Amino acid sequence: MEQLKMDIFTEPIVAMNVGVQDFGEALEKQAVTVIYVDWNPPAGGDQEMIDLLDQLL
Amino acid sequence: MLNDEPGVQQSAVLMGTDANKGLLAEIGIRGAELDGATPNDLVVAVLASETEVVDRLLKGLDERLQSISSSVKPSSYLSIDEAAITNPDINLVVISVPGDYAAREANKALELGKHVFLFSNNVPLEQEIEIKELARRRGLLVMGPDCGTSIIQGIGIGFANAVRRGPVGVVGASGTGIQEFTSLIHRAGSGISHAIGTGTRDLSDSVGGVTTLMGLDALEADTSTQVIAIVSKPAQPATLQRLLERIERCRKPVIGCFLGLSRPLSGAVSSFVQAYSIDEAVELALGKMNQKPVQPKVDRDIESLVRQEISQWQPEQRYLRGLFAGGTFCYQSQQVLQAAGIPVYSNSPLDKRYHLEKPESSLEDSLIDMGDDIFTQGIPHPMIDGTQRAKRILAEAADPEVSVLLLDFILGQIASADPVGDLIGSICKAKETAAHQGRHLTIAASICGTELDPQGFDRQKKMLEDAGVLVFATNAQAARFCSRLLLAARG
Repeated sequence: MEQLKMDIFTEPIVAMNVGVQDFGEALEKQAVTVIYVDWNPPAGGDQEMIDLLDQLL
Repeated sequence: MLNDEPGVQQSAVLMGTDANKGLLAEIGIRGAELDGATPNDLVVAVLASETEVVDRLLKGLDERLQSISSSVKPSSYLSIDEAAITNPDINLVVISVPGDYAAREANKALELGKHVFLFSNNVPLEQEIEIKELARRRGLLVMGPDCGTSIIQGIGIGFANAVRRGPVGVVGASGTGIQEFTSLIHRAGSGISHAIGTGTRDLSDSVGGVTTLMGLDALEADTSTQVIAIVSKPAQPATLQRLLERIERCRKPVIGCFLGLSRPLSGAVSSFVQAYSIDEAVELALGKMNQKPVQPKVDRDIESLVRQEISQWQPEQRYLRGLFAGGTFCYQSQQVLQAAGIPVYSNSPLDKRYHLEKPESSLEDSLIDMGDDIFTQGIPHPMIDGTQRAKRILAEAADPEVSVLLLDFILGQIASADPVGDLIGSICKAKETAAHQGRHLTIAASICGTELDPQGFDRQKKMLEDAGVLVFATNAQAARFCSRLLLAARG
């Protein structure tokens, strides 16, 4: 088990936003660099296909 | 809002997941088009009196969706892995995808060595346990799932209030609990080092307090933190034991505010102080730094105010109705009233005997958590949109047995741009309706937020006061006032 990484408390926050855009925008308003991911449900939301993909990758 | 359009009986906007299709079927919306919808589709379902109404709405909807799509941020990244490889400086991944997919994304972020803020709710418990175990092994924080608020290095993540930085650190399971605590610390003149949200289930024995314990580690190691508060519903027994053992080793004082718990914890350790309300947790935290809380200016004599209000009630006006945007405010208000010997019904009950089976209609004294899933399926949360609460205010005011309404207003980023403005029309109408029928309706409220919040604390407060609402400094104070009203009126 690794010791808790304190980088988030000591270094500038650089965020990735996955999902609702408002969360990222609220961070940008506070001068945080935000990288947006254009998220879509994996495998079109087909659970069987998602499980298969997860096994392969 | 679609529901406000003429001719619309009911509407919902949801992703086309199987769970959502089931919900729609329950309200009588089904058909081939809906069967064909996938989780990649947005389903707009409308029950209307005539087909013309639906046609008109669909036309307007296309235009609205066009304008939204033109404001979407362009992103060249389609996955967490891709974005992380190109931007190695990323240290925090904020995830708000639907619950069924959230753990998968959180897992990816953790595997890449990133801390996670996980807003998504409805994440299966076993998946929460898995991602938190992975986080612990990797030395990374998972704030969530179902985490509304964190503040790290003064940066608000999720629904957070603008507060100055300072020596008080907090770990909390509830978003609105953290918001009230951090706002009150700020309003008392102090500040927050970091506020770490854990998600609502963290202190259950199934999850074992992984994030809370790591949060304590972080705040103990953090040089800017002098005192640590924990704000949560009570921990389950085995987890409480682990938590108390950890607190005993902590070199900094720890204040525990376990809402709903009205007795002292057995086995509590010397470095631990217990608070019974968020207000008290704030006072104790400030006391640990030898700083006196700035008491809100007492500008009225509470006892005479109580007498003045109840003297205007009609004999049949007996009951309190609380309508809350913040789940923690609903819960804390029940605790205050219960301590005063007043049992209250709720859809999120402190005492299971007073579970309100049908939260759509109140019973005697009732406190309603309007953020409950039953009110928010396909409809925005009351912290973002006041439509549902505005309607409910009018419904309660029309009940001749209602004497007092208790409300909360939550400011801060992502919340409604004008929480009071959203409800003020209903509040005025409610008072007018009651007055028209010869009744005086008392309305008590509190505002969670600071003068630095974008909504403007003073402006929000003035709007309420101008409408005759009695505004208290904290939710606990507003609830205490209601308990005194009821006790005085009932002799």
